[in-house]
Amino acid sequence: MLERHAVIVGGNRTPFVKAGTAYVQASNQDMLTAAIDGLVARFGLAGQKVDEVVAGAVLKHTRDFNLTRESVLGSALDPHTPAVDLQQACGTGLEAVIYATNKIRLGQVTTAIAGGVDSASDAPIVVREGLRRALLKASHARKPVDRLKAFAAVRPADLLPVPPAVVESRTGLSMGESQALTTKNWGITREAQDELTLASHQNMARAWDEGFFDDLVTPFLSVGKDKILRPQTTMEALAKLKPVFGGSEGTMTAGNSTALTDGAAVVLVAEESHARAQNWPVLARVVDAQVAASDYVTGNEDLLLAGARAIPELLDRNGLSLDDFALIEIHEAFASTVLATLAALEKNGTGTVDRAKLNVNGSSLAAGHPFAATGGRIVASLAKMLAERGSGAKGLVSICAAGGMAVTAILEGV
Amino acid sequence: MAGVLEGILTSPIGRKVTAKAGLAEPPRLRRGRVMPAGSVALATLPGGGIAGQVLDALGISPVEPLLDLPEHRTDDEKGRPQPPRYETRPGALVVDATGVRDIAQLELLRQVLRPVMKALEKSGRIIFLATEADGVDGLEAKAAAQAIDGIMRTVGKELRGGSTANLVLLAPGVVPADLASTLSFLLEGRSAFVSGQAWRVAPRKDAHDGSVSAQPFADRIVVVTGAARGIGAAIARTFHRDGARLVVVDVPAAGEGLAKVANELRGSALQLDITAPDAGARIADHVARVHGPDARIWAMVHNAGITRDRMLANLDEKTWASVLDVNLAAEMRINAVLLDHDRPGALAPDGRIVGVASTSGWAGNKGQSNYAASKAGVMGLVRAMADDLADGHVATNGVAPGFIETEMTGKIPYVQREVFRRVNSLSQGGQPVDVAETIAYLCDPASGGVDGQVIRVCGQNMVGR
Ligand SMILES: NC(=O)c1ccc[n+]([C@@H]2O[C@H](COP(=O)([O-])OP(=O)(O)OC[C@H]3O[C@@H](n4cnc5c(N)ncnc54)[C@H](O)[C@@H]3O)[C@@H](O)[C@H]2O)c1
Repeated sequence: MLERHAVIVGGNRTPFVKAGTAYVQASNQDMLTAAIDGLVARFGLAGQKVDEVVAGAVLKHTRDFNLTRESVLGSALDPHTPAVDLQQACGTGLEAVIYATNKIRLGQVTTAIAGGVDSASDAPIVVREGLRRALLKASHARKPVDRLKAFAAVRPADLLPVPPAVVESRTGLSMGESQALTTKNWGITREAQDELTLASHQNMARAWDEGFFDDLVTPFLSVGKDKILRPQTTMEALAKLKPVFGGSEGTMTAGNSTALTDGAAVVLVAEESHARAQNWPVLARVVDAQVAASDYVTGNEDLLLAGARAIPELLDRNGLSLDDFALIEIHEAFASTVLATLAALEKNGTGTVDRAKLNVNGSSLAAGHPFAATGGRIVASLAKMLAERGSGAKGLVSICAAGGMAVTAILEGV
Repeated sequence: MAGVLEGILTSPIGRKVTAKAGLAEPPRLRRGRVMPAGSVALATLPGGGIAGQVLDALGISPVEPLLDLPEHRTDDEKGRPQPPRYETRPGALVVDATGVRDIAQLELLRQVLRPVMKALEKSGRIIFLATEADGVDGLEAKAAAQAIDGIMRTVGKELRGGSTANLVLLAPGVVPADLASTLSFLLEGRSAFVSGQAWRVAPRKDAHDGSVSAQPFADRIVVVTGAARGIGAAIARTFHRDGARLVVVDVPAAGEGLAKVANELRGSALQLDITAPDAGARIADHVARVHGPDARIWAMVHNAGITRDRMLANLDEKTWASVLDVNLAAEMRINAVLLDHDRPGALAPDGRIVGVASTSGWAGNKGQSNYAASKAGVMGLVRAMADDLADGHVATNGVAPGFIETEMTGKIPYVQREVFRRVNSLSQGGQPVDVAETIAYLCDPASGGVDGQVIRVCGQNMVGR
């Protein structure tokens, strides 16, 4: 059997906006449907069947147990298009691409749409433990009076909804607080974080101006462009921000940390010869992928630096070094995550990342980070940039995820 | 405030008042691929005959028209002589005046017109065919040819109930198959908002047999710019109804609506600002990508347009340039690329190009010098291109919409809007689909004899010619 390659054909996403703003009324399903429909329109796939759609969301309502399939049914795709929900925290989008790639390479599907969505605005409101117990008790009570009694134990504080903060259940630390430990451990300075942040905004603003996103983004709810992006920001403006993690001595601010974001992103993946037969652009092959996890619970390792474990394994297996890559995309959960990952890669002997190749069209600090949508955003952009650089140009993606995980992959221009 | 006034005027009592003030409910127009309900009367004047052959090819059996001759008249109760009366309302009258060469023969037109003027059904049609002035010899023949134009325009203004009058000018050498698509368009509801217009039909340049069909664009690719909403979206829908595969183009910021239109029509969307220097190449590349490298565009419809209204006294170079660039220069640059027929995804060698002009380009409009320049420019362009490409098979034409009910015109204050929509023979604004139908007619594979023409879709607006 001839070797089957999976290639990225194109991508589409909604513009990303800060949670609680333009998309407050939109559900995950609305956004994922819109992202799929934009992709369908771009490639003229309305009424056609795609072999499988794989996507997910990190913050999910129970009613969204079949989020992706429901989105497909609401889209212009042929209803015979099956779909699967998949979730690996912030690695969801990239993991979805890997899932699609593997199925393509195994000959199980020929075309797939992969991606993710997250609404931090429409996050499920979780009730506190006291209220949850009272509600359960009340629902089991036979008499109305017992039902009322069940609530007697509820304290006012129990009535406050739990905000949708992503907290590691094993350490009780929010992602920001965990990262603040990492930032300190690795001695990452405020200035270095702000510089990376500024570069992200400037690079992404330039990419927008150059029309780079014209065929990667479809407006949603009358929003035409990413709304978190601050093209005019400066080192001075970033320096003025107060620390939000790591206490008063902390170096992490709302500027150099990603904001809670709403948005969806998908990519069209296809078996290479099929893509060529369809005259689809063959932007980049998905060459290989690697996930890793860190032992962060003991405090011996960092929560968000598993990328530094996955990357050497991935490079080893493919006989590559960091210098072989034309472009490197490290998801900017926080500026310090990227900087600490670079430091860790140096420390563990993997090598030095040439900053001129890093996140050259901006990343999550500028775009925002709707958790499960980030993978689709990065893969689509990277594939397009690799296609511009030509055959053989290689790109590396690394996305850190809750639970001390990271998902990484190699793409190559064809 | 305007909304309140509109509410009052359209309330039941308001309607009575407005009716008294001469603002009667406008007639509802027959639209779509729908023939008149009543019969089609055919008047073949001496030297004519081609119209009968065209109707025959269209499968229409015409009836004899009544003639207003003194011996046919009857007196009414007050003893005044009345023209003969049709027993049932005819749906259309076709007047074949292609043989009319002298002034005396114009009386024959009066004879067939008088009985029909009040008899025609609602949304009826009066269609004149004449030989173009350049095609006849002698001063009197040329004068008579022009006289028919004056008659037609007046008939359009005198008709009531949504009926229209139009004139088809035949170039030398025209055969019935050249005219089928034009007569079919004029008879059907597709031409609802086209009235008081005259345009020329010449012998077809391409190999199409001229036969008409309800799916003329089956398997043909049509590109429409500015298709995210308004008239452009209606154009796309109309071509889709008639079988086309659509590529819809609009600026990235309009991508949401554009994707909806594309998916609804099972077409594809291209987010592109047509003023980009490589816009033509990107259109061709998109077509080649979605439809394959051998695919060619059948029709390129340049509908995208903007207004940036300012009185000349307040008009700077930026406002001036933006309108001319979007409405005219971009179209030229795109055409230049697409006319390279060998390029994958370019225009077919027998394809169609349509530019969207405007009655403002015809008549001028206060505060619209930039817009009028661009739209008059579009008319000049399509005419010049027809000459330029005379040796090839591509046909280039334009439409000039008058007042069309869209989001854009919906923003005009109510009273002003009410005036704009009333100052035409059909006393109403047109619908986006009316512009779309006219463009689809021009792009019909059977319309190859229509080249270098600009058709106004304005309900015979009072402004301009
Ligand atoms: N509505 C009327 O009464 C009327 C009358 C005469 C002529 N027209 C002409 O008809 C056409 C359509 O008018 P409408 O009423 O639907 O207007 P509209 O404003 O509703 O639609 C025009 C579309 O063109 C798009 N567009 C503008 N600039 C573009 C660019 N640079 N690249 C790509 N797309 C671009 C817009 O985004 C919009 O979707 C225009 O050319 C207009 O001048 C309209």
